[in-house]
Amino acid sequence: MTSVVTPQEPAHLTSSLLYLDDVSVSFDGFRAINKLSLSIQPGEMRAIIGPNGAGKSTMMDIITGKTKPDTGDVLFEGTTDLTRLDEAAIAHLGIGRKFQKPTVFENQTVEDNIHLALKSDRTVLKNLFWGISADEQAKIDKILVTIRLAADRDRLAGDLSHGQKQWLEIGMLLAQDPKLLLVDEPAAGMTDAETIETAKLLKEIARDHSVIVVEHDMTFIRDLGVKVTVLHEGSVLAEGPLDVVSADERVIEVYLGR
Amino acid sequence: MLTAKLLADRRGLIFLAILAAAAILVPALNLLTPEGSALHVPTYAMSLMGKYLTYAILALALDLVWGYCGILSLGHGAFFALGGYAMGMYLMRQIGPRGVYGNPVLPDFMVFLNWKELPWYWYGFDWFPFAALMVVAVPGLIAFIFGWFAFRSRVTGVYLSIITQALTYALLLAFFRNDMGFGGNNGLTDFKDILGFNIQSDATRAGLFALTALTLAAAYLIARSVVMSKAGKVLLAVRDAESRVRFLGYRADNYKLFVFTLSAMMAGIAGALYVPQIGIINPSEFAPGNSIEVVIWTAVGGRGTLVGPAIGAILVNFAKTTFTTGALAPYWLFALGGLFVLVTLFLPKGIVGTASDYLARRRAAGAKPEPVAAPTPDPAE
Amino acid sequence: MAHAVFLILSRILAVLVVAFALAHPAAAQTLDTAALAKGFASRSFDDVEKAVTQLAASGSPRAEPILRALNDRLLVIAADGALLIDKAGAYENAFTGEAVTPTAKPTPIRVNNKIRTTLAAAMGALTLMSPDRQKRLEAAEAVFKSRDASARPLLDKAIAAETDARVKARLIEARAAGVLLDQTATEAERVEAVATIRARGDQDAKGLLSSLPAEVPPAVKAAADRAITAIEAELALWNVAQNGYYGLSLGSVLLLAAIGLAITFGVMGIINMAHGEMVMIGAYVTFVVQETIRTSFPGLFDYSLLIALPLAFLVAAIVGMAIERSVIRFLYGRPLETLLATWGISLILQQAVRTLFGPTNREVGAPSFMSGAFDLGGLVITYNRLWIIVFTLVVFFALLMLLRFTALGLQMRAVTQNRRMAAAMGIRTNRIDMLTFGLGSGIAGLAGVALSQIDNVSPNLGQGYIIDSFMVVVFGGVGNLWGTLVGAFTIGIANKFLEPYAGAVLGKILLLVFIILFIQKRPRGLFALKGRAVEA
Repeated sequence: MTSVVTPQEPAHLTSSLLYLDDVSVSFDGFRAINKLSLSIQPGEMRAIIGPNGAGKSTMMDIITGKTKPDTGDVLFEGTTDLTRLDEAAIAHLGIGRKFQKPTVFENQTVEDNIHLALKSDRTVLKNLFWGISADEQAKIDKILVTIRLAADRDRLAGDLSHGQKQWLEIGMLLAQDPKLLLVDEPAAGMTDAETIETAKLLKEIARDHSVIVVEHDMTFIRDLGVKVTVLHEGSVLAEGPLDVVSADERVIEVYLGR
Repeated sequence: MLTAKLLADRRGLIFLAILAAAAILVPALNLLTPEGSALHVPTYAMSLMGKYLTYAILALALDLVWGYCGILSLGHGAFFALGGYAMGMYLMRQIGPRGVYGNPVLPDFMVFLNWKELPWYWYGFDWFPFAALMVVAVPGLIAFIFGWFAFRSRVTGVYLSIITQALTYALLLAFFRNDMGFGGNNGLTDFKDILGFNIQSDATRAGLFALTALTLAAAYLIARSVVMSKAGKVLLAVRDAESRVRFLGYRADNYKLFVFTLSAMMAGIAGALYVPQIGIINPSEFAPGNSIEVVIWTAVGGRGTLVGPAIGAILVNFAKTTFTTGALAPYWLFALGGLFVLVTLFLPKGIVGTASDYLARRRAAGAKPEPVAAPTPDPAE
Repeated sequence: MAHAVFLILSRILAVLVVAFALAHPAAAQTLDTAALAKGFASRSFDDVEKAVTQLAASGSPRAEPILRALNDRLLVIAADGALLIDKAGAYENAFTGEAVTPTAKPTPIRVNNKIRTTLAAAMGALTLMSPDRQKRLEAAEAVFKSRDASARPLLDKAIAAETDARVKARLIEARAAGVLLDQTATEAERVEAVATIRARGDQDAKGLLSSLPAEVPPAVKAAADRAITAIEAELALWNVAQNGYYGLSLGSVLLLAAIGLAITFGVMGIINMAHGEMVMIGAYVTFVVQETIRTSFPGLFDYSLLIALPLAFLVAAIVGMAIERSVIRFLYGRPLETLLATWGISLILQQAVRTLFGPTNREVGAPSFMSGAFDLGGLVITYNRLWIIVFTLVVFFALLMLLRFTALGLQMRAVTQNRRMAAAMGIRTNRIDMLTFGLGSGIAGLAGVALSQIDNVSPNLGQGYIIDSFMVVVFGGVGNLWGTLVGAFTIGIANKFLEPYAGAVLGKILLLVFIILFIQKRPRGLFALKGRAVEA
């Protein structure tokens, strides 16, 4: 590893909110993730960058339980082994995910989308009743304001613009009230104005949540102004502030293909 | 809250009103008017309409899983038939010593096969409450076990459709066997009484018709209250973006399992109402083609609308009766086949879905859009 | 039981008489034709039977044709009492062979079952010396089954004269059967006979050894018991092999039906519920080709299937392409809708064929190279099944080659793997879709030609295969031709090995349940592609 990598001291391990150690997974012989180690502190916002095929999405899949790693440890809050849990259970623990392609429930209203995401009992029987409590309604209203969609609450989510769908999805993440948010390319396909607005929104959120942002857009990362991890071929290539990382020879090589 | 939302459902109210009217009027016109009167509804016509209504319940049950949860079951005919067999077993036991062989316990076909004792799984079916329980329990249990395996291992889309076909096909083969103890090829028939009433009498038939119409109304209300609940929103979300639902922390499998089992039970009730009105249940009800036909009723009426599939079932079966009893009989399969093609190509939202889209466009903006829009096809499948 | 004993006794009696007659040719020179004719003409079955026995005993060269004619109900009595043989409307004198024109229509001689039995035995013995190898073989078998010691002199003579190794072996076995039951034979002779019969090693040999009378010496009995155990073990082994062969045969049928689906469903992802109807169309093309040949070019009948193959492929492919262009292409990416629409098409196609050809089964004949069977050790192998296995493998590998080595195959793989990329590279994806679907349908048509040989050609032919075919493709793993091959043979062989224990229907149910469970365990089949890409 290069000098940019800040070695983790053992004392930090227990206090890490998310801790990946020596994780590998391969698909039909292709190593998507190769001995990846990463740790996120409570309250931290981290940006993850890397070229296509660097393993960013697969890393998200591993953290959220969609993919099981072949080897390695994935610990949440120091004790919970995420590799043993399925998606729903991991979501319960407080890890929320926003996908690269905005995935909202297009045939339902904006308000219903938030309502579905709202932290509550997820069992079938508890949800067979109609209606919504005043407390829940208040939470929904607050989130709608935060994501700038209060006026569109009764529209079908499918009718929103691309940028609005991204916000709605972020709103759904907020409604889950997770301890850790995984946000995959939130600015993809956005106008410049929307991108700036999104960065602002994420910083607001990061005030009381831990966030991992995967992004290609360097200006966006710069706007966020947080620590950056560079992934390459399934492992960490460099880690540190954006300015330091982007000056790193190997990072330039990987990104510019020299 | 509940009543308010129900009242807001104008389409449903009209549907329920028509059903209530039918439940009263049709039996009245059958029993109270003299034969030959212009208003008289002959018993056979009433039973025919009763049959359509049982099909409507079946289509409604399918809509609950297909229209609202995206599970295209090609095996719902099996749950219908299982409910029918449970009812048929009760009716067989009611024959008592009046069978051809006069055996007070064994149904005729068992005497014919030289069986000495009633198989254990026939115990209890002479007692109506038990049989009625089995009408929902057997299809429900099979759907639960099947769904438990299928949903847990994330079998979705066409794979699920194909294995539901295999399920009904396996049951078809099984029920054809004489040693299964369900009458083999001939099935169960020659019924005499139901709850002490002569099954052939006009009054019983009228009662069965009214019961079927009311059951359809009840099935509608149950389905409606499920889809309007938060769980219904989850189901819709599962249909449109299943993995997103999982990442929100919902166990999509459990929701699917719940609605699949509920739907199978409704199908079982439909089958149980079908058998006494038709007078026979045999293994051909398990034929894979039957289950696929239910899908076309649902599609014609408009999936994801609940009312639509019921209307579709009635319309298609009315057309079938008209066709197959006249000179056009050889062309029925052309018509049915053409219906499959045309509906999927040109009317993907069905009659009700298309009509309500049209009305919604006419009313234009302003009103709160209904969350249950007919599904747009999911290219990710 | 009593009837069976009687049959055996009468057969033994007949063979005895015949054997005696043949063993003493001097006694058999004169033929009392008048008495024989009178016997045959008698109304009493006993007299007729006596006449049969006498004729057989006479050793006359005419005995065989006369008895055969009687067996075929072609032996008739003219009004003047002359015995005639009916040669398809023309008549000849039974004893001289001269052509005769009777004045009135002659009456056929009636036979009952008892006479038939006597006749069979008599003919069996007579034909031991027949110049026709097949007839000698059958005769040797008949004597083996009659287990008659007194036929031994005749058998010895036949064995000495026999040049064909197989017939000779059968004759020696027949002789051994007689020796084994002969109380006058020495113990050593009888033990040796057991060994000969043991070497034969089939069900009949086992039957003979296990029904020895109580009088046999203990040494013979012990040898027989050992032989039975050995034969049983051997038979069990052959039985396994035979089941394996049946399984292979069923597997090849499944593969043939599923292979086109492996293209349309496995490669293109189209749920074509009308796939079975493509098979049906292929079978009807075969029927039409055969009808045309039958009426216009009867000499070509043996080539009918070869002629039908390209035609069936073409017709099914054209129908398939028409379906793809008119319906399926509007439904890409909507598999459930495709399923429904193609189901509708299958109903239409079935009804169309029903309207054109009627609802009943149509007769498709087998060319000579596909009829009959041969023995391979303890296996019975029918030619039609064998050819279907060969044909299936040829089709399979030809398809594999086509996909791997031709430009069309390359383009097909390109389009199915990355449609947009392929389009960007100048491949006309629409055309490839159409051709791929046409190929899958055409192969189904080929399957129809083969299946017309073993299944009823009716409008419902295809329906019987559709669920099985999907099971095979899904079980084997979608998008993998080798998976389809392994899937088909696994299911075929498993089915045939389950059948003896569970019965045909229950076996099939068990298999369906197994596959349902299997798919739930491995939703992507035996040979699944793994990784992120497939879940998209």
